[in-house]
Amino acid sequence: MKEQEPRIRDQGSERLELLLRQALPHIEDDADLDRDLWPAMLRRLDERRKVHVPWFDWVLAGGLAALLAVFPAWIPVLLYYL
Amino acid sequence: MVDRGTSTMRSAASSEMEPVASRELERLTRFRQGDDASRDAAFEGLFRIHQRAVHGWILRIVRNAPAAEDLTLETFWRIYRAHARFEPERGFEPWARRIATRAALDWLRAQKPEYAMSSEFFADLPSPSGEDPAVSAEIRRKTAQAFGRLRPGLRIAATLAVIEERPHKEVAEALGISVTAVKLRVFRALRLLRKDLQQQGITP
Repeated sequence: MKEQEPRIRDQGSERLELLLRQALPHIEDDADLDRDLWPAMLRRLDERRKVHVPWFDWVLAGGLAALLAVFPAWIPVLLYYL
Repeated sequence: MVDRGTSTMRSAASSEMEPVASRELERLTRFRQGDDASRDAAFEGLFRIHQRAVHGWILRIVRNAPAAEDLTLETFWRIYRAHARFEPERGFEPWARRIATRAALDWLRAQKPEYAMSSEFFADLPSPSGEDPAVSAEIRRKTAQAFGRLRPGLRIAATLAVIEERPHKEVAEALGISVTAVKLRVFRALRLLRKDLQQQGITP
């Protein structure tokens, strides 16, 4: 038996709650997951890890590309230090 | 997010409670602070232990089985990404429940308003047990539709507190709001629901 929570109520709340429970019955425990989702989780991890590049990496790459476009003479210097 | 399964598991393992608790804490610490390989191993352990509870929680909010499975994966992906913000001493379940609730809320917000009125929505509903014959199927359908038109934030609070009868404290933690705010949301949800039904000529 579930303990009744104290609620803010107005007239007819109980009838409305009852109607709501009849319209949308609560989901039983046996409706829970019946299979292991770990294989699907592994696939999702692989997918997300592949495409995940932090935003600041994109900013750095963009900044560097813009800099080299403006000062192309720096390209050999950059290649030297790489 | 304590369900029947975890409760049984807990009572059966009561004699080994201390080693189990210390293993759990160690796993949580490895998840937060370990290197990539040890974090991944700890994450797999956490996933296998908590996937059913997280899925059950989400299913009760979205009431759509395929979406609940997808959102369970999304929740654990968010958990994995946020490992550095996890505080082991506050426990994994409340944290997971909060992230799961946020993912479910995002999903509900992304649904078109007519989703709640589609046949797909009703197809996923369990048939009511002990239903009142005085309440016709038509009234139940209109009530479900009116409920589906509520804002997702109000709907989640009312679903968990009224339909699923979860303790207000648990709902408040999951939504990241106070218990009083939960009560207010439930009150507002019921008031708006009544108003909607009255406009359709139904007086609950």
